Amino acid sequence: MTVQAQLLPGTLDLLILRAVSLGPLHGYGVLLRIEQISGGALLIEQGALYPGLFRLLKQGLLTADWGVSENNRRAKFYELTAAGRKRLQEETESWNRLSGAIASALAPQPEEA
Amino acid sequence: MKLFAWVRSVATALFQRARLSGEMQEELDAHIQLRADDLERSGMTRREAERRARVEFGGVARFKDQSYEATGGAFFERLMQDVRFGLRMLRKSPGFSVVAILTLAFGIGANTVAFSILNGLVLRPNNLPLPRNLYMVEEGTHHFQQSYPDYLDMRDRSHAFEGVLAFNFAPVGLDSGDGSTRALALQATGNYFDVLGVQPFLGRFFHGSDEHGPDSAPYVVLNYAYWQAHFQGDPGVVGRTVQLNKYPFTVLGVAPPDFRGTALFFIPDMWTPIVNEAQIEGVSELTARGDRDMWIVGRVRPGVTKGQLSSDLDSLAKALEKEHPKEDDALSFALARPELMGDYVGAAARAFVTGLMLLAGLILLAACANLGSLFSARAADRSKEIALRLALGSSRKRIMRQLLTEAVIVSLAGGAVGVAGSMALLRWLCTWRPVPDFPVMLPVSPDLTVYAVAVLLAVISGLVFGMVPVRQVLASDPYQVIKSSASGVSRRLSFRDVLLAVQISLCAVLVTASLVAVRGLMRSLHGTFGIDTANTMLVHTNLAMARYSAEQQPMMQRRMLDAVQGIPGVSAAAYGNSVPLDTNTAYRNVFADSMTDLRESNATQVTEYDVSWGFFRTAGTRLLAGREFTLQDDKSAPAVAVINAQFARKVFGTVEKAVGGHFKVSNGTRIEVVGVTEDGKYININEDRQAAMFRPILQVPSSVTFLVVQSQRDQKDLTDALRRGLQGLDPGLLFSIRTWRQTMDPSFFPARVAAMSLGALGALGALLSITGVFGMAAYSVSKRLREFGIRIALGAQRKEVLKAALGRTFRLLALGSVAGLLLGLPAGKVLAFIVYQATPWDPIVLGGVVLTMLTLGLVAGWVPARRALATDPLILLREE
Repeated sequence: MTVQAQLLPGTLDLLILRAVSLGPLHGYGVLLRIEQISGGALLIEQGALYPGLFRLLKQGLLTADWGVSENNRRAKFYELTAAGRKRLQEETESWNRLSGAIASALAPQPEEA
Repeated sequence: MKLFAWVRSVATALFQRARLSGEMQEELDAHIQLRADDLERSGMTRREAERRARVEFGGVARFKDQSYEATGGAFFERLMQDVRFGLRMLRKSPGFSVVAILTLAFGIGANTVAFSILNGLVLRPNNLPLPRNLYMVEEGTHHFQQSYPDYLDMRDRSHAFEGVLAFNFAPVGLDSGDGSTRALALQATGNYFDVLGVQPFLGRFFHGSDEHGPDSAPYVVLNYAYWQAHFQGDPGVVGRTVQLNKYPFTVLGVAPPDFRGTALFFIPDMWTPIVNEAQIEGVSELTARGDRDMWIVGRVRPGVTKGQLSSDLDSLAKALEKEHPKEDDALSFALARPELMGDYVGAAARAFVTGLMLLAGLILLAACANLGSLFSARAADRSKEIALRLALGSSRKRIMRQLLTEAVIVSLAGGAVGVAGSMALLRWLCTWRPVPDFPVMLPVSPDLTVYAVAVLLAVISGLVFGMVPVRQVLASDPYQVIKSSASGVSRRLSFRDVLLAVQISLCAVLVTASLVAVRGLMRSLHGTFGIDTANTMLVHTNLAMARYSAEQQPMMQRRMLDAVQGIPGVSAAAYGNSVPLDTNTAYRNVFADSMTDLRESNATQVTEYDVSWGFFRTAGTRLLAGREFTLQDDKSAPAVAVINAQFARKVFGTVEKAVGGHFKVSNGTRIEVVGVTEDGKYININEDRQAAMFRPILQVPSSVTFLVVQSQRDQKDLTDALRRGLQGLDPGLLFSIRTWRQTMDPSFFPARVAAMSLGALGALGALLSITGVFGMAAYSVSKRLREFGIRIALGAQRKEVLKAALGRTFRLLALGSVAGLLLGLPAGKVLAFIVYQATPWDPIVLGGVVLTMLTLGLVAGWVPARRALATDPLILLREE
């Protein structure tokens, strides 16, 4: 079993946006998608997903509509809005810059060797 | 219509909430079902899978709540929840709630009253158009008031003023056909109403164009309230002729209801043109540049700054000094606000109000400290409940918010009670006429500012004392709290102890200050003022009001004196134009006999009283040397005077040298000193030694007459006899009969107000320390009942139990009292400015403070001590 990492604060929203960017999903689907794209490395408390979803809805980054799931259950499906797509792109870039910077800062430096 | 819209919006909000909640529930349910489907597929039974899915999901209610909060709709709902919960908690402990609300009500109430007074007297300008452009111009060196010729120069030569007006006050007898009544007239320059920018309610006002020399404008404008009270609001009064001091005056109009003149007090009943001063007062001083009895108010030109105005007036003062070196020597003009008659009343009023605000602030601080410790004790008591809520998943933020909501509920309730109480008090103050015969009115009715300040104070203090227990909540570890059932009492000085000590010392300051003030007032009421006021009545009249000519006046005064002396039981009687400690006092400049340059800066200023023969004997003023006036000291005799010891020391060096010596007055007349009296009090009861002189009234006649009557007879009897006797001489004569003590009321007024308000604040402080000490003692006893039970079971004596129960509280009480007493001593020094003979170094005051604080401690500690002693070990041990 892979070691599961705790989410950094604030990254849940980014992950939700990323998960939904691949196509409309219901809440449980978002959870599965995150698990899948992170290779099962990220642990998300299931219920904690919903406050995040509602927050993004309120910010207008997502829209929601009731629909029917693959196994015929009524569920609410979330979809990325144009604003959401733009935000995802910005956040991804800023995340990459940050993680790159931190990675290079933590990498062994020549004088340490 | 509006109500309907409101109801609909509330309904929509509630409906929305229900819809949203249902939808959320459905969504979360769907999630769990989907998860269960997956789990079922991996081989679980449906029931097992659903159970597992639910466990994995976590607290549905919590996430739903958080989601709802994320949609942003929850704020008011949370608030309502907190409020409902807070109210429920407060209802559960009514004792705590009542004590907390009352404590705060005292604090907020005291501050509302103090702030209303500040607002009414100092902050709020008068209700005239552009009130900030109006300035009172005071004569800077010592007079406050100005002379009419100086006023005319200012009106015509100052460039910075758009308009300048002047006025003074005169008592008048008004006869509108049904007998004469006394009233207060404001004698104003013709431009008065135009400069102030007011319009008449009825008829017209007088204007500058109505003035054509002395007695040319016999017009009167009535105050609205006076018109209502004395003319029943009859509009037909305009154009009618009434008798003012027996001269016909035409009623021109009625002023608007809210027009009171430029000042907040001294509200006149009517306005008359100053050019008719001779008719109203019997004499006119309009041509005498050295006679300063006018108040000047000017309206500055738009755009002119206060600095420019000052320099303009400075150069005018310099010019006038050059032109009139004798009368206008050392002339200077100072600017002040007109609402409080400049610094004449303003300086004292401002000092008093500032002091009042400070003390009220202390009360509020003490109340907050008190509530802080109450709330902190309560939080400690509720630590289990809070720990449980934390353990069940409530956030610390949420709990703090809830505690603060509770504190704000208490503070708003306290504020409401306090404001309601203070409104009642203020309403009474507004109608209070502290000095009879003189229309002083305290315009302290609260306005929006006052309410806003009260609410603000309530909320701020709520947040302040509500924050006290927050640290406790933040630091609490639910596990520890629930595990240990009874928290042990900590031995070190806790935050609560500090709060209690602070509160007690604040209260001790208040108690000290109020005792100093009350004691000072008591002393000054029984002090000696160089006059014997016991059993002495004063009859005050102005013969000019009944139109006696200058020649007739001495005759009439003589007849009045004879009539009074003929009344059985009257042991002595005399008269004068004024008496010490009355409000009308004349100042005179005097010079040493050797002085030739009689300019003002060389003068000694003295108060002057013109009195009849036998005055000193009647007034009980001791003569140190020389003789009384006699009937022979009249116009044909050399000019003589009796001076007081201070005058003798200042001008002659000693009392002995004075008798037989001479001094000069401004016009160069030499006056011989025939007697020296003891020093007394003349203007104020707390003044320093003042130089004073007495002249024989036969040499310096006056229409103003104060008959001094000494008699052992019952006051009411004597009053009736005096009234009958004097009315027998002239039924048209208007007079007031009072005891000398009553006449002195205005002099005692500041001290009385100070003592009254300080007494009230001291009582509030005492009440607060009772609730504070009681709260703490009761709390610590209830916390330690089990310990006391064990102690008693092990054979502890009552004394030991008491010491354990209350020792700490009493140590804090002693500490706080000593600190407060030390802090209160300098406060007493400040009081000495207002209250005559106020000194904290008085064994009665010091002992009183100690005794008061001790009594407070005993009262407050009584119930908790009884409870500690009555502890039954068996019951207590069985309970746990």
